Amino acid sequence: MKTVNPKSYELQVKSTTENLSLIRDFIQNNALKRGVPQHIIDKIILAVDEASTNIIKHAYHSKPDGDIIIQLEFSFDKCRIILIDFGDGFNPSVIPQPDMPEYFEKRKVGGLGLHLIRTLMDYVEYHTDKGGYNQLTIAKKIKNSAA
Amino acid sequence: MSDFNTALRENDDVQVIELCGYLDAHTAPQLESAFSDLISKKKYKIVANFEKLKYISSAGLGVFMAFIETIRENNGDIKFASMIPSVYNIFDLLGFPMLYEFFNSEEEAINKFKHN
Repeated sequence: MKTVNPKSYELQVKSTTENLSLIRDFIQNNALKRGVPQHIIDKIILAVDEASTNIIKHAYHSKPDGDIIIQLEFSFDKCRIILIDFGDGFNPSVIPQPDMPEYFEKRKVGGLGLHLIRTLMDYVEYHTDKGGYNQLTIAKKIKNSAA
Repeated sequence: MSDFNTALRENDDVQVIELCGYLDAHTAPQLESAFSDLISKKKYKIVANFEKLKYISSAGLGVFMAFIETIRENNGDIKFASMIPSVYNIFDLLGFPMLYEFFNSEEEAINKFKHN
């Protein structure tokens, strides 16, 4: 068994959509430094953007003074991102996977964020802590040539 | 700094809206108001040129869903042109080709309106 120390990075921002570009740059720059292929970085960026947008809109109801903490961690074959907020929690199991033909048939709008996260990432886990925070953990396998 | 902007051109009765930059939850309202403007002027034949769009999230996709019904009820359409592969992949992943037509170039999209 090869042991590689995971490397982790953290970003803390306020809950405004203005910060989405900052969040995307944070993922892009650090993943690139770790040699993650761009097509995988693109998927991680979109998943984290969607998760952050959901936090801003649904956990903080678009109030700009909430905190979002994003931890980014790389191990030899995996990138893991933990998003923490202190707003309202939700139960992801009550949000079904949308049926896309029906979605288009009924010309629905919105609700695609969680579906995208589930589609783009290999692992998704959501947890509301009684201590007053919510934690979304998502992970993606990466082929790291440095490993 | 999220940067996104749109530019509008007219080709006979077809409106070409050029999208440039990053389309996310922060910038989607800009696109929304561009579409609202077109609809208030009863312009329903629209080609969205994606050539300079580098990124799209579901907030951006939602804008197209929000207006398509009104536009089609008025015998119009939104046709998509010139997407870079990473942007097309997101539309494709969600099955948008079921509801929208995609073209390699703006000209092809405009011609589709003219030959209908």
